[in-house]
Amino acid sequence: MLLGFRPSLRLLSPRLQLLQSRCVQSEHPATSAAVGSVLSALRSICGEGGVSFGAAVREQHGRDESIHRCCPPDVVVFPRCVEEVSALAKVCHQHNLPIIPFGTGTGLEGGVSAVKGGVCFSLRNMDQVLDLHPEDFDVAVEPGVTRKALNSYLRDTGLWFPVDPGADASLCGMAATSASGTNAVRYGTMRENVLNLEVVLADGTVLHTAGRGRRPRKTAAGYNLTNLLVGSEGTLGIITKATLRLYGIPEAMVSAVCSFPSVQAAVDSTVQILQAGVPIARIEFLDDVMMDACNRFSSLSYAVSPTLFLEFHGSERSLEEQVLTAEDITQSNGGSDFQWARDAGSRERLWKARHDAWYAALALRPGCKAYATDVCVPLSRLPQIIVETKQDLMENRLTGPIAGHVGDGNFHCLMVVEPSDPEELHRVHLFTERLARRALALDGTCTGEHGVGLGKRALLCEEVGPEAVKVMQRLKDSLDPKNLMNPGKILQ
Amino acid sequence: MSGRVLVGVKRVIDYAVKIRVKPDNSCVVTDGVKHSMNPFCEIAVEEAVKMKEKKLIKEVVVVSCGPQQAMETIRTALAMGADRGIHVEVTGKDYENLGPLQVSKIMAALAKKEDALLVILGKQAIDDDCNQTGQMTAALLDWPQGTFASELSMEGDKIKVVREIDGGLETVKINTPAVITADLRLNTPRYATLPNIMKAKKKKIANVKPADLGVDITSRLEVLRVDEPAQREAGVKVETVDDLIARLKEAGRI
Repeated sequence: MLLGFRPSLRLLSPRLQLLQSRCVQSEHPATSAAVGSVLSALRSICGEGGVSFGAAVREQHGRDESIHRCCPPDVVVFPRCVEEVSALAKVCHQHNLPIIPFGTGTGLEGGVSAVKGGVCFSLRNMDQVLDLHPEDFDVAVEPGVTRKALNSYLRDTGLWFPVDPGADASLCGMAATSASGTNAVRYGTMRENVLNLEVVLADGTVLHTAGRGRRPRKTAAGYNLTNLLVGSEGTLGIITKATLRLYGIPEAMVSAVCSFPSVQAAVDSTVQILQAGVPIARIEFLDDVMMDACNRFSSLSYAVSPTLFLEFHGSERSLEEQVLTAEDITQSNGGSDFQWARDAGSRERLWKARHDAWYAALALRPGCKAYATDVCVPLSRLPQIIVETKQDLMENRLTGPIAGHVGDGNFHCLMVVEPSDPEELHRVHLFTERLARRALALDGTCTGEHGVGLGKRALLCEEVGPEAVKVMQRLKDSLDPKNLMNPGKILQ
Repeated sequence: MSGRVLVGVKRVIDYAVKIRVKPDNSCVVTDGVKHSMNPFCEIAVEEAVKMKEKKLIKEVVVVSCGPQQAMETIRTALAMGADRGIHVEVTGKDYENLGPLQVSKIMAALAKKEDALLVILGKQAIDDDCNQTGQMTAALLDWPQGTFASELSMEGDKIKVVREIDGGLETVKINTPAVITADLRLNTPRYATLPNIMKAKKKKIANVKPADLGVDITSRLEVLRVDEPAQREAGVKVETVDDLIARLKEAGRI
């Protein structure tokens, strides 16, 4: 937590600090001026060390892992408890300052970009795991707790939190973006696994969406405020605590890899495996372009054709049954023999291709950046959309290997693009719009798990329709009439 | 030979916790702080359980010295697959002063009592970083030792141990009975799953006192003071080389 620059800032007077922030290209002079005038108020709440003007710190908190450009906030604050968050929010509310919550900065849709400047609330100092109830399978966590930190904390209890978006993200951040992951086909997404949230609203009100301390496994009490906040991407409030649903660590795991002659065969197998009632834990699809990239990157020799990576969880006996059933199905669809693995080491190696997919895609064109599309359609439409998308990629000379959570109908094209080539960027942008509209035409969504953020606001309107958008806007206006909470995201 | 392996496990502050020193500088804060099994002890338990699964040995007995809470650590080892536990009860001041010398005396006494083929320990504990208990236990028993093990294989009545040393890897072959200490790369410990945690509740944990084993746990050491590491200070930027030289001279560095 101790960052080298902070002590040196104490040497500067508040006025010098304000000048320094002005010099670092503030695009919002009015907001900067307002921030300057509330500095002492902010400092009195979270201490000298809890307020930062440093250019490096502000830039760090103005970007995530997307390709959206960095929009640094005017100041970053580091509250230590919900009371401080509430007090800070009140100050911002009084002075009409935008509030941008920040977890781990691992989002993929520009959710933390401070497009109107303002105050970034970095919640990483609130890092306690609270209220673990192993017999009830629930735990409450503060926003500084990441999913790997929680699972490490839980390791002796036999429990884990299975939602796995890849990055070691803040759990409250995952709630804010309704994150999902490779395990969703069996364990669900954040929407199904958040029982309660403590949220600070734009005016400093502290809200418990299901009531303070409540954690029944199910409830029918009133409007579902918990799930209103899940996926709200910081536009309705700051999540300061999340009560999560836990699961038993699987007794055993088996991984398998199987290649197919066509995309259709792979998807058909997926549908049939699910219909057969196999409680498959992970079922991931990689297209031929991706398999080729992975072979090159990791010196592997997988068949260069549509491939499924499968993972089964359960007791020893149930695993046998699951694997046999799945293998029957894949073979009847023309799938190759299963390559499979039991112990942790071999499973790692087998799945290496899938784990390194992002880097393998980047390695296809060194020096380029990557952007992941995120459409999700009903399972039966998956072969059609993947085939049409691959056609589109070829016609437009774009590099876009495909990896997907095929059990959810969700797939990502990893668009590898030269960031300094505006023509290519433009072609990629048009491609992603066509892809999103293709998904919408097939009864799907433009974002299965990454969120709307900055880039998909227009698509949201097309997807849910004007009436739904109006209702969303009314909810937003009712909870945040001054539009201070993460402005510029989700709604236009 | 009994085919029995004795594994020592220590309850320590969890590796992820930010350690704080008590205001009176007497010791670190342990009240209300998350504790768990020492990571190297987890590796030791895993290795013993693996040996039993491969039918190289018959029984895994896990030992922990400490107050009532040490039973939790023993239960975790039982959930990982150990067969039974021995809780050596040490409380209060005695527990605060318990160190490698006392523990190794206890382990040696138990190794003889249980007719152990092997004693497997973690190479060191993450709280005191002593890295002494295994070696002392071997000395007290006059048994060979294979420390910093990254690979173990039984070859008849001998054990081949690949040891992690500064220069790389060293392979030794030692007679049994022997003492082994586990290093990081020996294995990846399994998670305790709920069904195994339930089963572990039925496994036996015997309760003994050091006196029952004829061991005197008086400490020869007295902790005078505990301090946190010095706070990291800000760096200083200088404009010119002359400035730099002047500053270095000021600081007595040149």
